[in-house]
Amino acid sequence: MSFYGLVDGTEASLKKYLGSLSGVDQVGADARAAMLATRSIKTTSKRWAIDTAITMVDLTTLEGADTPGKVKALCTKAVRPDPTDSSVPSVGAVCVYNDMVKIARTHLDLIGGQHVGVAAVSTAFPSGRASMEVKIQDTKDAVDAGASEIDMVIDRGAFLSGRYIEVFDEIVKIREVCGTQAHLKVIFETGELVTYDNVRKASFLAMAAGADFIKTSTGKVAPAATAPVVLVMLEAVRDFYAMTQVRIGVKPAGGIRNTKDAIKQLVLVNETAGPEWLKPSLFRIGASALLNDLLMQRMKMDDGYYASPQYVTID
Amino acid sequence: MGEKLSFEYAPAPESRALVSIKPKYGHFIGGKFVAGSKHFPTINPATEEVLSQIARGGKSDVDAAVKAARKAYTTTWSKMSGKERGKYLFRIARIMQERSREFAVLETLDNGKPIRESRDVDVPLSAAHFFYHAGWADKLEYAGLGTTPKAHGVAGQIIPWNFPLLMLAWKVAPALAAGNTVVLKPAETTSLTALLFAEVCQQAELPAGVVNIVTGDGSTGALIVNHPGIDKIAFTGSTEVGKIIARAVAPTNKSVTLELGGKAANIIFEDAAIDESVEGIVNGIFFNQGHVCCAGSRLILQESIADEVLEKLKNRMAKIRVGDPMDKNTDLGAINSKEQLLKIRELTAAGDSEGAERWSAPCDLPGKGFWFAPTIFTGVTQAHRIAREEIFGPVLSVLTFRTPQEGIDKANNTPFGLSAGIWSEKGSKVLWASQQLRAGVIWANTFNKFDPTSPFGGYKESGWGREGGRHGLSAYLKGVSHE
Repeated sequence: MSFYGLVDGTEASLKKYLGSLSGVDQVGADARAAMLATRSIKTTSKRWAIDTAITMVDLTTLEGADTPGKVKALCTKAVRPDPTDSSVPSVGAVCVYNDMVKIARTHLDLIGGQHVGVAAVSTAFPSGRASMEVKIQDTKDAVDAGASEIDMVIDRGAFLSGRYIEVFDEIVKIREVCGTQAHLKVIFETGELVTYDNVRKASFLAMAAGADFIKTSTGKVAPAATAPVVLVMLEAVRDFYAMTQVRIGVKPAGGIRNTKDAIKQLVLVNETAGPEWLKPSLFRIGASALLNDLLMQRMKMDDGYYASPQYVTID
Repeated sequence: MGEKLSFEYAPAPESRALVSIKPKYGHFIGGKFVAGSKHFPTINPATEEVLSQIARGGKSDVDAAVKAARKAYTTTWSKMSGKERGKYLFRIARIMQERSREFAVLETLDNGKPIRESRDVDVPLSAAHFFYHAGWADKLEYAGLGTTPKAHGVAGQIIPWNFPLLMLAWKVAPALAAGNTVVLKPAETTSLTALLFAEVCQQAELPAGVVNIVTGDGSTGALIVNHPGIDKIAFTGSTEVGKIIARAVAPTNKSVTLELGGKAANIIFEDAAIDESVEGIVNGIFFNQGHVCCAGSRLILQESIADEVLEKLKNRMAKIRVGDPMDKNTDLGAINSKEQLLKIRELTAAGDSEGAERWSAPCDLPGKGFWFAPTIFTGVTQAHRIAREEIFGPVLSVLTFRTPQEGIDKANNTPFGLSAGIWSEKGSKVLWASQQLRAGVIWANTFNKFDPTSPFGGYKESGWGREGGRHGLSAYLKGVSHE
């Protein structure tokens, strides 16, 4: 593999590549993210933003208690988020555990949801604590079952102990398993990497290793997709594009629960990576509760009042 | 998908209904608003709309104000305990907070600065200065200035148009805390928030004559500077006027502090956090349209990262939102006056003719009002006028250096020395550079951060004395040295 000509796969070249990155000043990044949160958008753009945000949602259920029934209900909601309004677009994908992939894919196809992707969380999600063999097998399972997107977790232990080459190799191997069938999203669990320097380093590492998307969090650790973390990742994909002419996607996940938060994310995208990233092929939001708030705000824009929560479906 | 593929920000204008501007103003002398004789218009620089008529203070007005201030000093303020003075300052601070939106809207209308800045910076910091100095009022003997520090008496204070209310707070709060009474003259183009502050003094029931505000132009300022009844002069403004004041007070007993111009170096080392440095460059020079004496107007950039930083800076500058200052989304507002706009144009034209390369952010400037697009000049050398003279506008001169010492040498090679910025992720380099730089305020990995506890002031032609903190307080007390 060529790794965009940035590294040759050896530890030395990876160290050089990561060492060439500039640092991130935490105070400055926090201040910039806070400033962008004060932007106010037009009512007409708000409608566009809500619909765009809906198409960017990876509608997620990642519970021990998930059942085929729950997953099928989620798929129905993903295809037609508002049963009373066919103008509401479908979400980007449903995001489930591996064993639910086949059920999700089959059900989506059955109800006319061929255009909705199935994302599988893989590589011993959420901790990533398993052998490489297990992680590869885990991913193969999901790909064989029909997953179109693989959300893998990196080995944070390896990253934090400086064994970057291990993290790199893992991503490369999982990328191979995904082949051409599945897009690869790489989850950093930024709440465990903690510093923005680490987030920037992980971003560049994952992009060179072949990630199609870089993703903040599993949703199992707090803090998750904070605005400054997303800012740092958006700066990374923007800079990576300048280096390679390849656009990598970004997926914040965890903690984005309402329309206001989602629109703030879109403002971050618009002013950092640029409007080219404002589409579901380059920006996704991993969420479960968010979709209903988007629907309620959409209804409010049409009807002029807030409907009771009973007017949106619980799943 | 939506009908329109765009993501636009709304004009989110702050309401003007909060403020009531009188058609005509007089002076505030002896606790009362008194009529002026001659008037001149004050305009909104974003629209050229005439907001009100401001009185041009003459000799009789200044005499009356000094007399009122002297009387208040002798009969009331100097006899009052520090604890009591502090109560008034706390009360003023609280009222300023309560009326903060009113102050912010009025400041933006009169000055042209974005409402986001007047709301988030000018007004809260002004209140903070009163709170901070309120705390000092009854602790002067513990300020390390001797056991019985004394006030000067009557302070004459002349402030600029770039931060009208904030500069008032920097001047009035320490003067009052130290036990002085004041005669203050706001800048000709921005008197309205000072006059609103006069209302706050009334509301706080501050004893009559403790604060007197005489509006007017440079001639009014000269009357204050030369008035024999004034014991201390505090001035913020241009170096040119500062020199005139220094000459005027030299043969007198007047004590003086001057906060003058600057041409601050913002030094970016190759090991800096690049994206945050770019934010810092933008904040350093485009904050308040570059109408900041401590603006980072010279970017001193290490050559090894120059291309990368400049490309990122241009991309970032293209996203600066220039326009209606009352819109909460606006980043860069109007130039304060036609005179200032002409000065910026003159100096930037000199940049062109001396061979520097101009680049301005692509943005639509409103048809009316005074506007200047955010601009950078590359290929600037030490010998260019735009590297030496203060432009006081949204214009950045970019110079490069090869070694850290060369960067420091270029930064210090200026008649000014108000502020400087250092950007590096390497702590030892930051400490080393801060010891080499000859500037009164040095920021590391940030820029344009202000706090009442921190002394502010310049080296060389950037001024005499300090404002803020214990050092600033000492400028309003007698028999103790400042510096």
